[in-house]
Amino acid sequence: MAIENKNFSRRDFFRKSGAVAGSVIFASLLNPFKKVYAVEEPKGKSKWYGIGIDIEKCIGCASCVRACKNENDVPKEPFFFRNWVEQYVITNDGDVKVSSPNGGIDGYKQIVPKEDIYKSFFVPKMCNHCSKSPCTQVCPVGASFETKEGLALVDKSYCIGCGYCVQACPYGCRYINPKEGVVDKCTLCYHRLQKGIDPACMTVCPTGARIFGDLHDKESSIAKFIKENNCVVLKPQLNTGAKLFYNALSQEVH
Amino acid sequence: MPIQIKRLLLVFAFFIALMLVIRYFLKPDSWGKMGPYRYEALKEIANKEPKYVDLASCEMCHDTIVKIKIEGEHKSINCQTCHGPGYKHINEPDTSNIEKPKGREFCVRCHAKNSARPENIVKQIDAIEHNKGEVCITCHNPHKPWQ
Repeated sequence: MAIENKNFSRRDFFRKSGAVAGSVIFASLLNPFKKVYAVEEPKGKSKWYGIGIDIEKCIGCASCVRACKNENDVPKEPFFFRNWVEQYVITNDGDVKVSSPNGGIDGYKQIVPKEDIYKSFFVPKMCNHCSKSPCTQVCPVGASFETKEGLALVDKSYCIGCGYCVQACPYGCRYINPKEGVVDKCTLCYHRLQKGIDPACMTVCPTGARIFGDLHDKESSIAKFIKENNCVVLKPQLNTGAKLFYNALSQEVH
Repeated sequence: MPIQIKRLLLVFAFFIALMLVIRYFLKPDSWGKMGPYRYEALKEIANKEPKYVDLASCEMCHDTIVKIKIEGEHKSINCQTCHGPGYKHINEPDTSNIEKPKGREFCVRCHAKNSARPENIVKQIDAIEHNKGEVCITCHNPHKPWQ
């Protein structure tokens, strides 16, 4: 296809330049509304929480899932989880099998015989506490929000249980609590953090596969974990500003 | 200005004023203090009582068991990983006891052979064939497995 050799008049040029400049000025006017869709990372020493998961240390015992259910009164039935563990099996044929029976609470079965397995590992999942979280942006009543420490929380007395955020979360980390009728999600045990103790899942992890801390404090365990390991987040292409860092994550995981 | 537009503007002004009045009465006091949300909600979330207690609370009474545990392979494991949350037991030690899992199915959650489990982190056994029918704790002390 040949390039069309069309002569633009000076008037055309000025008109189009004006339109572009006008759009840019209009977009900059929207800046005060930025805090609706993204929490601003505080400068300096104030806390900015991040989470790390060391896949090489996870043994798939699901103590974290049990602890979270106990600590936060999550319903005991399946399908209601604030965190869960997935077992990935990649066969020699290239098939990827993912299983998480009851979140892993009842233990795992090796579903593929050992000689057919190319690679197998556990992936614990939980809220990524994104700084540009898709879930808080869609809340119609301002019940989902992000604190200045970078934690995505839910104001349960304001939530109307519409479930928009449940659909918006690309990681599937929210559920509607059947008893309360409102949405529930990981708070990184905000009630424990405020009292200076570790979240329940971090407390009970037997191998130290779960790490959390202040990303701004370069001496914290999470800052050291990210420094010493090559870490990635889930679905980076979505630009959610996720703060859940995985070490040694295979590309099959999403 | 045509009369229709004037009337329409009046109607608009009325509804905007009505919205502002309703907003004045319904907006919570702490709204917008830190961002577009109710700041008081943070305190409500933080008020919840923790159920998993710290190690020092266990050690206060059970110091002999804690001493045995830190010598064995299970030294890095928190008491409540196996025994469940301790908040009730701390408040009423006589009436409410912690969980004491005894069966095979509990131990094999960590120790059953599984290709997904890293071998350098945890010792693994064949969950069915390894001393068939025996309970793990007849041979192994859970607080010091190789005693």
